[in-house]
This record gives sequence, structure tokens and C-alpha cells, in this order.
Amino acid sequence: MSILIDEKTRVIVQGFTGDKASFHAREMIAYGTCVVGGVTPGKGGQTHLERPVFNTVKDAVRATGATASIAFVPPAFAADSLMEAADAGLELVCIITDGIPAQDMMRVKRYLLRYPRERRTLVVGPNCAGIISAGKAMLGIMPGHIYRRGNVGIVSRSGTLGYEAAAQMNALGIGQSTSVGIGGDPINGSSFLDHLKLFEQDPQTEAVVMIGEIGGPQEAEAAQWVKENMSKPVIGYVAGLTAPKGRRMGHAGAIISTAGDSAAEKAEIMRSFGLTVAPSASQLGATVAGVLARLPGRRQTA
Amino acid sequence: MDIHEYQAKELLAGYGVPIQPGAVAYSADQAAFVASELGGWHWAVKAQIHSGARGKAGGIKLCTTYHEVQEAAKGLLGTRLVTGQTGPEGKLVQRVYVEVAQKFERELYFGIVLDRKAERVRIIASAHGGMEIEEIAREAPQAILQIVVEPAVGLQPFQARELAFGLGLNIKQVSRAVTAFLGCYRAFRDLDASMLEINPLVVTRDDRIIALDAKMSFDDNALFRHPNVSEMRDHSQEDPREAEAAQDNLNYVGLEGDIGCIINGAGLAMATMDTIKYAGGEPANFLDVGGGASPERIAKAFKLVLSDKNVRTVLVNIFAGINRCDWVAQGVIKAVHEIGIDVPLVVRLAGTNEAEGRRIIADSGLPIIAADTLADAAERAVAAARAGAVR
Repeated sequence: MSILIDEKTRVIVQGFTGDKASFHAREMIAYGTCVVGGVTPGKGGQTHLERPVFNTVKDAVRATGATASIAFVPPAFAADSLMEAADAGLELVCIITDGIPAQDMMRVKRYLLRYPRERRTLVVGPNCAGIISAGKAMLGIMPGHIYRRGNVGIVSRSGTLGYEAAAQMNALGIGQSTSVGIGGDPINGSSFLDHLKLFEQDPQTEAVVMIGEIGGPQEAEAAQWVKENMSKPVIGYVAGLTAPKGRRMGHAGAIISTAGDSAAEKAEIMRSFGLTVAPSASQLGATVAGVLARLPGRRQTA
Repeated sequence: MDIHEYQAKELLAGYGVPIQPGAVAYSADQAAFVASELGGWHWAVKAQIHSGARGKAGGIKLCTTYHEVQEAAKGLLGTRLVTGQTGPEGKLVQRVYVEVAQKFERELYFGIVLDRKAERVRIIASAHGGMEIEEIAREAPQAILQIVVEPAVGLQPFQARELAFGLGLNIKQVSRAVTAFLGCYRAFRDLDASMLEINPLVVTRDDRIIALDAKMSFDDNALFRHPNVSEMRDHSQEDPREAEAAQDNLNYVGLEGDIGCIINGAGLAMATMDTIKYAGGEPANFLDVGGGASPERIAKAFKLVLSDKNVRTVLVNIFAGINRCDWVAQGVIKAVHEIGIDVPLVVRLAGTNEAEGRRIIADSGLPIIAADTLADAAERAVAAARAGAVR
């Protein structure tokens, strides 16, 4: 098992025929992802990468039975594409786009609430690297070859820092179940908490690495939930110890604006809720290894 | 993006928010002229910089004659005003706002923010205006009124009324405050603001409600659909290196340390800076070169980082995903040849085509310190910075 996606998940690509989307769709197909088609309004009926193109997400879902999509849509049209995906009944949409206005994301999240919980689309991103279930399927822009099958889940705001964590784990012989990038924007489609809940349910996952950043209340909320509900160990890290207050550090959401936003405060909150916090980003792999070694009767890494 | 008080007031006036008559001036003579045009007997001359707490820092002067207005403007223009929010270097005053001064009975606080927890717009008000909101939160937290706005329908009049009554306004004042609150909300929503603060919002003896100060920030991601707001950008208020970086689509934030950083990805950039600190050093900057780190971008990044004279060592940390390490390595070598780097250079390449990239660096014959891991890179950079001479 894994979370969110595996080799059987039927995927469509929104904005399919664009250059970036085409490049990454090829990579996803090569990795083994079941890409069944795509959507580009006005190009319905054509064939792209040997797969059918549709005008609307509804058409694509009806014809292909897709349950997930990845969206490569410019910022100005991204919110619309997410609402379209939700309305077509997709279970999962991963949105890579960077630069979506915050108020657009507010509207998207409000729109998602019109569906009952069991039919509500889970949005991953925006401004993220996507999702990969190691050795099974990839819904994102990450280099697939750096991930190894295994039993540790990763949920990270940052893309490249997630890669770094995976590489450090690989060097110590520790593989990954699924790695999810929730993105660096102030308002995310889904939170650390949403994915921790899924990892808790996943039999393949033995432990989870949660990689946060300065800004926003999400890491603290997730840490509290871990303390109260999670049976599996969680290793935490928060980037931005050296970030000055009030300055945006690259990601739109990475800014210390109120109490509790700083890396030191968040790391302290994680510790107080029983998470094992890596003392430095360079110690992520070693910290995971230490936690795994203490797990009673743990299986060998697959 | 931040704008000046006079610009925020101009925008808000368009949404029916009451402000005092006023105009901007770029010179002392113009300030005196503006005062005469505005009429009246009392004026406030206000330094226009992107910072709050200007009053306490001496950036707001009350004047009773045209001559005083002229002198006040002369005293402010061209100086660097240091407030509690600007840092020790302060901000350059290039414009003053001359406003007809207004006596008032009460000072209120009104603010709108994007609440990341609620994922909604939150409105904050308090009867204790004139203080910073952090101060109010400390000293009178029970006096802070809050409303979370439902994005599908926006702020409703009953909510604005609740706020107004909650602030202890009388019925005449309430109807005017409701107009002001709804106007502020519409401006916030329509213009994709990320923060709006009216502090103080004053109540006059004759029951009028006036925005005496106004501060607005905007969502950078939404500026593409607000060219009128985008035009209000004042580069003189921004760090010149950051402004230059932004033109090349690089994300740069200058810091106090001596280890220059060139990294791909915001999270990895912050984590690398933290690892430098963990290894006993101090980063000189945050710099995210982004996903497609082409040789041109790498060269621009080097120029930018080296323009900071405190930099004694440069650390390049690239985790290539879409990128290839061999390509990044070629970019680094090209930049070294073009720019002529006079400080130690530590390079760590990981990810796609890692071995090939490292080989190119090793074979270049350049004095580049190669590192294998993040920890290794940080330690080598700290050691090099300690050994390096002051430039």
C-alpha cells in the first residue's frame, strides 16, 4: 500500500498539451503512472502522447474512469481548473502551479465544502512538487529515480527539501512509502494533518517525516493531532531558523508574521507534543534511522 | 507589495472610506503650496515610507503656518527615517503627505488580514486605537473584536454593525462606521490585498468617522490583475539587491552573515542556511534560483551574492530534479570564469546526473571545494569563511 496514488490510479493531466505538462506527463508515464488522458479546452478529440485529449474534465472522467488529476494550469486560471476537477468528481487533484492569488485559493476551499465529505476532492498543492508512491506512481515534477520503496512517509512543504530528506534516508538504506508535497503557499489545498491521517491508516507506512517551514499554524495543529491520535512515530523538522521576521523567504507562505510562526517556536511545539525533531536539515536521515531503530519488532525495509 | 499611506488613502477613498483632504509633495516648496491649496489652519506633514510607527520616530509633524509646513517637509525629505519597524538603516523619505489636521474625540483600530488558520479574511477592531495591534493584544486582549468573513458572500452589513456597536459608537457614528468598514472590506477583496490597517480610525466631536492613517499590502501573486496597484510600487523603499533579484525572477533576502548562498528551492535554501548556523557559521543571504537553474541564472546569482561585501565564502547547494547536475556544474564553471570569484567556493550537487556533475567540477582545475552532503557542504563553507581574508 501507499497513500493517495499507486500504479492502478487512473490519472488525467489538466493543461495536458502545454510544454511543461507534456514534459512531466512523459516522465510520469515512464515512471509507471497510469496516465489515461488529459484536458485542454478546445483540443478535445485530438491525441497527445498517444492518449486522448478532452475539452472538459467531466468528459475525460466519463470516458476514462480517471479518479485523479494533476494540473499544470497558469495562475490566473488555476482556481477555475480546481473547481472544475472537484465538480467532475475526481478524488484527488494535485496542483503544481506557483503564483495563485491567495483569495482564489480561499474561494476554491470554500467551493470544495459544497460536497459532502465522502465525495469531496482532496487538493494537494499549489506551489508543490507533487506526490510519489515510490516504485509505483508519480503525480508530480520530482526526479522519480531518487526515491526507493520502503516504509517511511514524507510530507513536506518544500519540494527540494523533500528530495534532500529522501536522499539522506536512501543513503542509510531507508526507503519511502509515499512522499507528498503540500506546497509553500499560505493557503494549501490540503494540510500536514490531512496527510498524517492517511499515513496513520496506511499499513505500509511505519513512520512519517513532517518537514515544515516558518509561517502559518499548520505544523502546530498537526503536531497536536499526532500526540492525541497517531500510533506511528513522526519525525519533525522546521526550516527557517535563520529567517528574519517579516520577510518572505521565497515561498509566499514562508513569512514570520505572528507569534508561533518562527521555526524555533514550531520545533518546540513539535517536541512538546512528542515528535522527534531533527536538530538540523543535515540530520534528517540520521534522525529517522534513530527512530526506526527504536521501533519494536520492525520489519526490514522492503 | 507595500504601498504608501497616501496611495492607500487614494484607493480607499474610491471605496467610500472617509479621509481628510490631503496631497503628496516631493519638495518643501510643493508641500507649502499643497497646504495653501488645501486651505485650513492646521496641517499634518507626514513622511511617506513603507513602515508604521512613524509618529513616534518623528516622521509626522503638526504645523500651523505654510512656513512651518515648508520647514517640516525640508526636515523630513532626503533623510532616512528609523522607526521600530525599519531596522537601524531606516528608510529614505522622498515624499511627504500634507493633510488637513483633524481634532478627534476617540481613536479606534481597524484591520483586515488573511487568516491562514481559518483560511478566510478576518476583520479585527479595537476601541484602543493609536497603539500597535501587538500592544493592544498584550494590554487589552479582551477589547479586540473579530469577525471572520464568509468568502462566498463577503462582509455583511449586520457584521459591520456588530463591530461598530461593539466599539461603543453612537447610532449616528455607527452608520458612518458601517460605510467605512464595508468600503475597506470591498477594497481588500477587489484589490487582492493581504493586509489593511486603519490606525487610528478616529471619531470626531461632530460624529464623523475618518481614516487618519492607512496601510495596505497586496498579494504579489495577484498583482497581474491589478496594474493600477502594481504601478504604485516604490523601489526606493525596497532593498536594491532584492529589487534587482526580483527583476531576474530570483528570490533574494539579504542577511548579516558572511556565507553567501546559492540554492534551488525555498525550503532547501532555508534548510541550508540553518545547517550553516548549526555548523557554527552565519548565512549572508537567502537565495532561491528556482527549478530551471540555467547557466545565465547561476551567473546572475553569483553577481548578486558577491555584491554583498561581507561575503567571504559562497556555498552552492543544488538538488537537481528537473535540472541535471552536469548542466548546473557547467553553469557554475562558466560563472567563475566570467565573473572571477575572489572568495572560496563550496559546491554540493545532488540528484539527477550527480556523478557527472561532480566529475565536471573536479576536472575543471578551478579551486572549487566539492562537498558530498548537506552537512559536509555547510562545514566546509564555515571552515572556508573562517580562514578567508576580509575582502
